[in-house]
This record gives sequence, C-alpha cells and structure tokens, in this order.
Amino acid sequence: MTLALKTMDLAKTFDIGQRLIGPPRAQVHAVHPVSLEVRQGETLGIVGESGCGKSTLARMLVGLTPPTSGSIEIEGRALDRADPAAFGRLIQYVFQDPVSSLNPRKTIRQILEVPLRLLHGLRGAALDARIEELFDAVNLRPEFLDRYPHEFSGGQAQRIGIARALAASPRILILDEPVSALDVSVQAQVLNLLADLKAEFNLTYLFISHDLAVVEAVSDRIAVLYFGSVVETGPAEKVFAAPRHPYTKLLADSAPVVGRPLGGAQSGELPDPLNPPPGCAFAGRCPRASDLCRAEVPLLRAIEGDQFAACHHPREC
Amino acid sequence: MSLFLRLLFRNKLAGLGAVVLGVIVLLALLTPILPLHPPNATNTASRFLRPLSEGHLLGTDHLGRDLLSRLLWGTRLSLAVGFAAALVAGLVGAAIGVMAGYFGGRTDNVTMRGVDMLMAFPYILLALAIVAVLGPGLLNALIAVAVVNIPFFARNIRGVTVGIAHREFIDAAKLAGMGHTRILLTEVVPNIVPVVVIAMSTTIGWMILETAGLSFLGLGSQPPQADLGSMLGEARSALITAPHTSIVPGVMILLIVMSVNLLGDGIRDALDPRLRSGALARPMATTRVERAQTPAPKGEGLLSIDELETQFHVGPRVYKAVNKVSLELRPGECLGLIGESGSGKSVTALSVMGLVASPPGVITGGAVRLEGQDLIGAPYEVLRSLRGRKVAYIFQDPLATLHPLYRIGDQLTEAIRVHEPVSHAEAHRRAVRLLEDVRIPNAAARINAFPHELSGGMRQRVGIAMALANDPDIIIADEPTTALDVTVQAQILALLDDLRRSRSLAILFIMHDFGVVGQLCDRVAVMYGGRIVEAGPTAEVLAAPAHPYTKRLISCVPELGGGRRVLAAIPGLPPAVDRLPDGCAFAPRCDKAQPDCRRGEIELEGRARKVRCLYPEGAS
Ligand SMILES: Nc1ncnc2c1ncn2[C@@H]1O[C@H](COP(=O)(O)OP(=O)(O)OP(=O)(O)O)[C@@H](O)[C@H]1O
Ligand code: SF4
Ligand code: SF4
Ligand SMILES: [Mg+2]
Repeated sequence: MTLALKTMDLAKTFDIGQRLIGPPRAQVHAVHPVSLEVRQGETLGIVGESGCGKSTLARMLVGLTPPTSGSIEIEGRALDRADPAAFGRLIQYVFQDPVSSLNPRKTIRQILEVPLRLLHGLRGAALDARIEELFDAVNLRPEFLDRYPHEFSGGQAQRIGIARALAASPRILILDEPVSALDVSVQAQVLNLLADLKAEFNLTYLFISHDLAVVEAVSDRIAVLYFGSVVETGPAEKVFAAPRHPYTKLLADSAPVVGRPLGGAQSGELPDPLNPPPGCAFAGRCPRASDLCRAEVPLLRAIEGDQFAACHHPREC
Repeated sequence: MSLFLRLLFRNKLAGLGAVVLGVIVLLALLTPILPLHPPNATNTASRFLRPLSEGHLLGTDHLGRDLLSRLLWGTRLSLAVGFAAALVAGLVGAAIGVMAGYFGGRTDNVTMRGVDMLMAFPYILLALAIVAVLGPGLLNALIAVAVVNIPFFARNIRGVTVGIAHREFIDAAKLAGMGHTRILLTEVVPNIVPVVVIAMSTTIGWMILETAGLSFLGLGSQPPQADLGSMLGEARSALITAPHTSIVPGVMILLIVMSVNLLGDGIRDALDPRLRSGALARPMATTRVERAQTPAPKGEGLLSIDELETQFHVGPRVYKAVNKVSLELRPGECLGLIGESGSGKSVTALSVMGLVASPPGVITGGAVRLEGQDLIGAPYEVLRSLRGRKVAYIFQDPLATLHPLYRIGDQLTEAIRVHEPVSHAEAHRRAVRLLEDVRIPNAAARINAFPHELSGGMRQRVGIAMALANDPDIIIADEPTTALDVTVQAQILALLDDLRRSRSLAILFIMHDFGVVGQLCDRVAVMYGGRIVEAGPTAEVLAAPAHPYTKRLISCVPELGGGRRVLAAIPGLPPAVDRLPDGCAFAPRCDKAQPDCRRGEIELEGRARKVRCLYPEGAS
C-alpha cells in the first residue's frame, strides 16, 4: 500500500508577545513533534479537545502555517517549503465555518474559478464545463453559481467549500470540523456526500473533529491528540472500544451515549501551555500516574498489532 | 446600489445634507461660466459695500472685490483642496493600514508604532510644523492636512484588515494559488472599500475645516487667491465695522461642513450592516406583548407555558418563531427541549422571562404561568424580581452573562445582594460556597479571577454558580455545553444532575440533539418549525419515536460505539419560519407524506405521549 501522506517530527512553536526587537516573551509548543502516516485512500480521523493542536497540525499539512521543524512527504515526494500554492494541487482544506470561508463579495462562480485558473490554467469553455461538473458532484443546482455566499444555508455553503477544494483536483483533503457548524439534520447529508466523493475521486481524507461518534463513523484509523502530541493511534473500531491510553478512555467515557449514566465526570483541565509540566502531560488527570510518568515523557509505541499509545502504563484490554 | 440610495434617503437629515451639498458643489462647478466679476479685481472706491448693493449682490471686501465672486471661487478651491486631502489621506492611510493588517508581525509593529508617534502630537501643532517646514502655500497646506489625517485612516483600516486577514476565505485563496498581491487586490480590498468610504465621508468635513484654518492663519492660500479660510482671515480686522465680510464666508463654511457631515453620517448608516436593521433602536426592558386573549389556566405545574406565540416582525415579514407551544415543568423535574437551529427553542426559553429583544420580538399569544401567576405582560419590576430568584438562565456562552472587566467574585456577590440585603462579608462567604458547589478547585483564590483568566469549562461553572446565586426553583439551560469539550461537557452535566437532586431544581434543558438529553432528562419535547411535534417520557420517545422527524433525527446523529457506517441523512433543509407551508412543516422532507399532510392544522394529540402527525410511526 502506498503512503499518501507522511509527516516526520512535524512540530510548531508559536512566539507569544512579539517584541520590536529581541526574543519573544514566551513560547507555546502548539504541536510537539508528530510523525503520522496516512495510506492512499484511507480516512484518518483526528480527535482531541479544543486547543490540543488539531488545527495547527492541519494548517501545517497544507502549508498555511510554516512548521518550526520536521518535514512532510506527499506520495513519496518531500514538500518542505511553506507555499500554499505548491501544496494546493496535492492537498486541500475544507474549513470549519462554511460562511466565513467564502468571500462575501464574490459570486460562487468567481470563487470556484480561482483554483481552476491559477492551479490548472483552465480558461473559457473548459473552465465553465469543469465548474458545472464540480457543482454537480456536490449536488448543487447550476443556477446557484451566480449568487453570493450570504444567500446560502450553512449546509449549502459547506458543499461550495468542498467544491472549491475539489477544484484543485487534490489527492488529499483535510477536513477541519467540516460539519460542526451545521444543523444536526444536515450534518449527515454532508458526511454522506464526503463519503461518495471520496470513492468517486479516489481521495485520501484527514478528518478532524471533536465529535468522537462522527469520527468513529467515518474513519478507518484514528489518532488522538492531547496537548499537542499524538497519544494514541489505531484502527477506528478499536480505539474507542478498547482504548489503551487513559486519556482516550476518558474521552470515550465522556461521550454522550443514550441510556448510559452520566460518566467521565472527572475533574482536571489541560495543563498551562505557557508552563507545561515535565513528563506526561496527562499525569495531573490520570488515575494510573506514577513517579515515572511525572518525570519522563512517554513515547508513542506499539501496544498490540497496529494500536499505538504514548503511555508508560497502558491499559490492558 | 439602489438599496443603498433608498437607505440613505430614508434618513431625512442625510437627504437634506445631500441637497445642500449638491447645490454648493453645482455652484462651485459652474463658477467659471457664471457672469461674475473677476474675483481679484480691486476697486478701492467701493470698499466695504453692504450686501444687496448695486452690482454686488453680497457686497465687497476691504479692497472692493466682489464678495459673491470671491465666495464662489473660494468655495471651489476649498472644496477641491478638502476633497483632495481626504482622498490622499484615505488612500495613503488605507494602504498603510492594509499592509500592516495583512502582513502582521514586524511590518505591523513597525508601521503602527510610527503611526502612534504621529498621533501623539497635537493635531494642529503637527499641521503647523509641517507647513513651517514646507513653507506656506495651498499645496503644502493640503499635504499637512492629509498627513495629520493619515493615522486615523491607517488605524481604522488596519483593525478591519486584521479581522479580514484572519477570515478563512483568505486561507482558501492562498490554497487556490493566489499570491499576496492578488489576495490583497481581489480578496481584501473589496471588503474594506465600504469602511474607507465611511471613514472618508465622516472626516472630509473636518478636513475642509482644517484647510480653512491653515488659510485663516495665512499658511494656506496666498493673496490674492481666495479660499474660504483666507477670506475669513482677511475680514478679521473689519469684523466690527463690516461684519458681512466675515459672515459670508463663515456661513458658507458652516453650510459645507454641516451638509458634508450629515451626508457622511447617512452614508455610514446606510453602508454599515450593523446599523441596517435598526439594531440601534433602543431595546425595551421586556418583550413587547400584543395578546388578544389569555388562555384559561389548565395545567398545574411549577411553570406552565400555554399556547405561547412569539413572533419577530421585521419589515413586512412575520417570523413565527414560537407557534402555540405548550410545556409544563414540575418541581424537581428535568425537561429536555430539542430542536435544530431556528426551530424556536431558545426563543421559547427567553419568552418565559420576557427576555426576547423588542423590537423585533413580539409575544402575540398564550400565557406563561409561574406558580399560577401569568408572566406575559407582567410589569418589568415584577419580572426583574423573579429573574434570578425564581427562574435563572444558563447560556451557551457564559461570557454573555459575565462582565469581562469585573472579578467573578464581585459579580457573584452583586448577584446575591440584588435580591437579598446581606452584608458584604456574608455575600462573599456565600459566593465562595457557590464556587465550591460547582466544584471550582481552590475557590477562595479563584474568586478574584477575571472571566478571561478561566478556561471555557470553568467559566461555564461560574455561569452556573451565578444562576444558583439566589437559589432559584427553575434553571433554564440553553445549550450550556455546546461550546465545551466532551470531557468538560460530561463534568458540567454530572454537576447539573447532582445540583438538581440536591436542591430539587427544575431544569428546562435545551439541546439540538438527543445525545445528552437521553442521559439527563425525564421528559423531552421535540420542536420543529416553531412547534412541538412530539413530547413524552425520554426513554419512551427514544425507544419508539412516533413522529417521523424525531425518528430520523435520532438515526442521523451517530452515537459512539456504532462503528463505521453510512448515516441515514434527512434530505432538504429545516423550514424558514416566515413562510411555513400549510399543514405539516416537515412534509417536504418526510417520506411518509400524503396529500392531506399538506392541508390544514395538524393537532398535537395524546396525553403523556403527544405527537403532531397524521401517520405516526408504529401506528399502521
Ligand atoms: N497564531 C497563534 N499564536 C499563538 N498561539 C496559537 C496560535 N494559533 C494557535 N495557538 C495555540 O496553539 C494551541 C493549539 O491550537 P489549535 O487551534 O491548533 O487547537 P484545536 O485543537 O484546533 O482547537 P479547536 O478544537 O478549539 O479548534 C492552542 O494552545 C492555541 O492557543
Ligand atoms: S504515561 Fe502515566 S500519566 Fe501519562 S497517561 Fe500513561 S499512565 Fe497516565
Ligand atoms: S403529518 Fe404527514 S408529512 Fe408530517 S410528519 Fe406526519 S406523515 Fe410526515
Ligand atoms: Mg480548530
């Protein structure tokens, strides 16, 4: 199986309180070195709580945020220059807020034209034909093309956002919370559309969400992020059913499941990013924490089969 | 454009300004072809002629020059210089602002510090210094006025640009292969043009005035050339003996500046979308009530909502946000109210205490009875004394109820002392206990924190503590956990559940899907298109939903543990409540719809289990 995407020790540190001259006041390690592999045609789900670095990781993958260190390979070719246009033909992004991702002063046609013209040099009739094809692919009627974004509902706007991403004919789509801003009855429509498009265009997905049930429903494999690090990866059917990392367990217990008593009500919060603890970042909330955990950062290692966890004392299942 | 003009002229004063300014500009444009005396022709024999004298409609000045002619030529010059200065200041300022805002980082830091330094100088002093360096003259005055106004534009535009540069469509443009120049020109600039126009139209009047000021001091236009400022300056020595020489240019300046400012304000109001829907109209203290009749009390309950109708009247449109909704909440009970966005669940909740903003909200029917007392139309004082003491709210965004500039402890003690005259120390003690009750670790220290120093979950706990401050009987929680992470959500829900049992609180819990409602609530009601479509005990509704919408809503939301699957999506969109179809609002999306579903009223039938459907599930 070929790899669609591979990251090697990709990391990002933000400077806080930039001064006119001299070093910044503080630094936040938004993403600790992350090494991921995504196979061709696979959907990798990425879950984690807000501020854990999901969006920062995703933005590095498409070149919108330059990484502090590490490298990215797409289909075996290294891409280390943070130039969104160079990334654009290979990897595209679908944004969380469908309305804010469309320029209010352009028609839908003008929005869709840009990637076709700039990335693929299409003009004239070929351009129009391709636009209609894309619009059809996301199940929208061609008469919508000459309207402005504010005339669309969230679900329709998200389809337009997807059409724009597809216009670049990318190999990989990064979906950053693509349905979180949508009405519940519309979410499933968009999720199913994404599944159809993936089969039709032979795409690879990175699906980012804080909604565990949605991620489980659409992913082949899942990576769990905590405080900027991948703490567990594994096949979708096993990660939440048989979590190895105590944090994954906490997540799974917290998800609302009808009929299950309210659980996971454990106190504790994310550590302070300006003042990270030594050792395991989860130690303050972890029922299994030991002295080793508070001293040494656990590394991601294979626990069983293709299930990996970054934990000194992983759960038995 | 036509919308813009309509909006502009809806504002009478702006219309007046436009007319006055139009006449003045027209006169200034026509000046060269009007049959006027040459403006600089002196005639010392007829000095200081009064207005309306033979051949000199407005009289003459100290050199016997025709005032009318000088006034029109002077107006022409002053307007031209003012407009030019505004244009230069606007363009240069906007360019600086756009660059700083878009590129951010060092570029931003360096340019904006420079701009700050310019702004630190008193305005007129800076203009004087510039003219002093460049030498007097009209062009130099123009430059000076433009330069002192650049910082204003730069700051304004930078702020707007920062907002736009962080919007996702800019990122999307980068990914579509656009370079910085192209993005600036096609994505950023079109979005800031309205702001630049607004800023220019509201400042151009002052720029005309400033240029006149420099000319008045003799630093602008040089004799014999007339502009309004220099005319005033020259007339100064004859102020007492020949007041008309001052009054004539003075009135013109007044007219220009006033009409420009009126028109400018009109343009701003018409272009600024925040002001468009009359949002600045002062909201009333409670929701407006226009109720024909009051339904007779029937339910017992602690809180009973009867046939409540709340609408939004926006122009000719009527949005039936809440359409004959009846709910009943018993002591200590948790009732879940489920609906998608726009289904009317939040408006139902806000109507209870008259918190729907009016205008545009109007309660047009029904009753809300708290222990038998009807709250609809109750005086503000009554509602205020009940808010917090009997019924308290928790919102999705706790920042909506917390003031950002006060410590949470002060806000809590304040909330306690509004309803109860206890001492400060006592209130403080209670505040700490409340924070402990909502499980805030180290409450005694955290009480001095500001809201922004707390995480989202902590803030929501403080929001709950505020709601509990006066020991209410009922808590209305409007999606209290939607903005929170799952682990925090679980903590908050467990907390609410505990509190409800320990304090026998009744909770109206509003959510957009069944997920947590299934774990927390005894009964649920499902809303669609402003109406209750199904209600009943949670377990029964979940096990055997009767309304097709309920059934499909349950199955289109995945639940953890279900594995990988295709979801059963509901086609179509939720209805717009300003044009609800006849009959069942769900009919366009329902696969069981029959012709009679689209006709007439469909009643909510049943007692403990209620459903509004002609062909409910399970009944064949
Ligand atoms: N431009 C920035 N400057 C400084 N810190 C940043 C910046 N962008 C993100 N961060 C920080 O990096 C961390 C990760 O942020 P990120 O946006 O990737 O989280 P996320 O997992 O996507 O969260 P959410 O679910 O809320 O979208 C956070 O601590 C955040 O405050
Ligand atoms: S390394 Fe230790 S503290 Fe961290 S998750 Fe594993 S057991 Fe818990
Ligand atoms: S009334 Fe008719 S259209 Fe409406 S939900 Fe029932 S079956 Fe469907
Ligand atoms: Mg994010």
